[in-house]
Amino acid sequence: MKINKNKIIEKITEGALFISASLSIFVTIGIIIVLLFETIEFFKEVPLIKFFTEKQWTPLFEDKHFGILPLLNATILTSLISMIVAISFGLTIAVFISEYIKPEKRMILKPIMEILAVVPTVVYGYFALLFVTPLLQKIFPDISTFNALSPGIVMGFMIIPIIATMSDDAMQAVPKWLREGGYALGANKFQVTTGVVIPSALSGIMASFILGVSRAVGETMIVTIAAGQMPNFTFNVLEPMETITAYIVQVSLGDTPAGTLEFKTIFAAGMTLFVLTFVLNIISYFLKSKYRERYR
Amino acid sequence: MEEKNIRIEAKNFSAYYNDKIALKEVNFKIYSNKITAIIGPSGCGKSTFLRSINRMNDLIENFSVTGELLLDNKNIYEKETDVIDLRKRVGMVFQKPNPFPKSIFENIAYGLKIHKMYQNYDDLYMKIENSLKEAALWDEVKDDLNKSAFDLSGGQQQRLCIARALVIKPEVILMDEPTASLDPISTAKIEELIVKLKEHYTIVIVTHNMQQAARVSDYSAFFMQGEMIEYDETAKIFTAPSNKLTEEYITGRFG
Amino acid sequence: MKEKKLIYKIRDNFFPVAGLFATIISLGVLFVLIIDVFKDGYLRLNWQFLTSYPSRIPEKAGILSAWVGTLWIMVLTAFLIFPIGVASGIYLEEYAKPGKIKDFLEINISNLAGVPSIIYGLLGLQIFVYSFKMDRSILAGALTLSLVVLPIVIVATRESLKAVPISLREASFALGANKLQTVIFQVLPSAFSGILSGVILAMSRAIGETAPLITIGALTYIAFLPTGPFTTEFPFITFKGLRDFFTVLPIQVFNWVSRPQKGFHANAAAGIIILLIISLFINFLAIYLRIKFEKYMRRK
Repeated sequence: MKINKNKIIEKITEGALFISASLSIFVTIGIIIVLLFETIEFFKEVPLIKFFTEKQWTPLFEDKHFGILPLLNATILTSLISMIVAISFGLTIAVFISEYIKPEKRMILKPIMEILAVVPTVVYGYFALLFVTPLLQKIFPDISTFNALSPGIVMGFMIIPIIATMSDDAMQAVPKWLREGGYALGANKFQVTTGVVIPSALSGIMASFILGVSRAVGETMIVTIAAGQMPNFTFNVLEPMETITAYIVQVSLGDTPAGTLEFKTIFAAGMTLFVLTFVLNIISYFLKSKYRERYR
Repeated sequence: MEEKNIRIEAKNFSAYYNDKIALKEVNFKIYSNKITAIIGPSGCGKSTFLRSINRMNDLIENFSVTGELLLDNKNIYEKETDVIDLRKRVGMVFQKPNPFPKSIFENIAYGLKIHKMYQNYDDLYMKIENSLKEAALWDEVKDDLNKSAFDLSGGQQQRLCIARALVIKPEVILMDEPTASLDPISTAKIEELIVKLKEHYTIVIVTHNMQQAARVSDYSAFFMQGEMIEYDETAKIFTAPSNKLTEEYITGRFG
Repeated sequence: MKEKKLIYKIRDNFFPVAGLFATIISLGVLFVLIIDVFKDGYLRLNWQFLTSYPSRIPEKAGILSAWVGTLWIMVLTAFLIFPIGVASGIYLEEYAKPGKIKDFLEINISNLAGVPSIIYGLLGLQIFVYSFKMDRSILAGALTLSLVVLPIVIVATRESLKAVPISLREASFALGANKLQTVIFQVLPSAFSGILSGVILAMSRAIGETAPLITIGALTYIAFLPTGPFTTEFPFITFKGLRDFFTVLPIQVFNWVSRPQKGFHANAAAGIIILLIISLFINFLAIYLRIKFEKYMRRK
């Protein structure tokens, strides 16, 4: 009988563990339902076509306009700037630590680089607004106190570790015999790196880029603090603009009662953000599993 | 001739990984208190056979068997078989010593604890002492039972693993190339131990090393490509094999 | 011929030079950031700053309610994520059979790890604050943050379990242990420091999170403390504080950064110094545990 008792305990434990693991499914379902519910309510009052085509976003003003384009534009511009910084630095660092330095140094350097990702984002916001922007003012005298350039650059540094570590992992997964194949043909280190290692690790590297974009798109505090809260539809990165995330913060800080149209706007904006990052995350996931499978 | 009790018997026993066949219709009798060696080139199915006896292969996805594998005349792969009880009766020693990352004492105590096989601390200690003595390790570690098992040499670790298997009083001990990762001196000690153990246990040993099979075993089975080619008393297999393939293998023509 | 050689030389030295340069710049930025913040804020760092509530006068303002709030949120979040995260990791790594359900769970967790934290704020706002009527309480905040960092714990748990060699599990099974015994007595103790490192890493993430807490409506101006957890009467502990409003360090910092006066910026910098000390310390702890874990694993 003792054995049966053990078996029952085993089954109960497995059930409990399964319930814990499926909690994450409920979180996803919860997010989708919450966003969808308020977004549908929102589109009952604002036509979909206006949401995507109007060039003004002024839900908090008397003259209300609900065009997501200014917010989307700011989100894309700041992300673009950050990705230029993060990819150029991150990939170079990844190649450097993966191919050019000793493993012991790599083990030390990697966690140090990670600190860049550990610094709380409000801190980066402070740094962008009160250090980087004044510095940029010396180069671009007509830059505004709030602008897209400064938070974009700072955000880039935050994302460097994501790209550097993930790309490094991908390059480390390239088997030794592939590199040796290159060297056996008389190629030097540069040729092996650019001709063998990087192409072999490409799906992993791309996964890191896309995850980086996803992080940039969803990043909130840096852009809220340093890019401002003016939904400007402009391509001039020296001007203030408001990202989707910054808008959600702006409304959350005010006293907006549930059920009002203003309240629903943050869910419509959130839905846009969720769909964007969801697509990016899924692409990144499949790229990553692709390289993992290849060299198993 | 001395009497022989059949302990394990395979009847048309086949094993598959997914749909790939790993063992083909093996028929085979293993006798009590004898050492039976299974030899053959790598990938011949000898480890699969060994791991079928204590159902370690259950851990592998899509592993399936047909035919019968009997332990004391009861099919191991019967639905009613309690795997826990089976593994209690059939101990196993692995290719690479795999002590738990704990003290010597705790390594051996684990089996007694999970099966609640002791009354009190004195009883626990006594059982541990006896099993270490049985595994010829006691004299080397008696002063330092709280030392981490990782601080032992490879040979000592393997004897610890044998002691760990012995302490829960199995009837059969399976050994999967137990000396493959050891130096010659440690190997000699383990071989000596194995021969001593057959007094109380039935031992099945898989080995790559034909000299080892010749030195320690009473019976030898030669496996190739999932089939059992020949099975006989060790002396006969190594002096006058009846099958050409066996002869070629033991004379080192392939392997 | 000579020109070609020069080009080769530049080419072959590109990655070592550019790599070193990029590394130095990145770490340089970190260094400059720390120096800048320290320069701006060190004068405001004193006992009064740690023991005062926020105020309209910068020199009188402090971070008392902020760090107490952060402490509450941290402790609560740790209690929430540890069991659920570890249990999920164990299920996926030790129990789940390969197949559609496992794939689905994996994709889902990987996506959740990449969902912007502010989206969790919207979830927390609707579910915890409104539906469960928790209001803008500490409990609502901790639950929201737990969801944000849960994927980190799950992934770290899985990685640590994966690093435990199969031979250890086999040794346990061969002795007749069942799966639960094997996991509890052999696998988990071996993976423990790795798992702990993941939990601590998640905590360091949670400490710095601002956006989801702003979204659920955590206040930026709090001049009181939550009800303390200890009482003089039996059972000497109370959970009343869970229902109280709160603020946390990063929100306080955000509030001060957003103001135009220089005095508040100094307060923000001082708050950042405290925040950085805490999160870097926790992060180093996590790295230390991870290195210890990796060393321990290599012994086998």
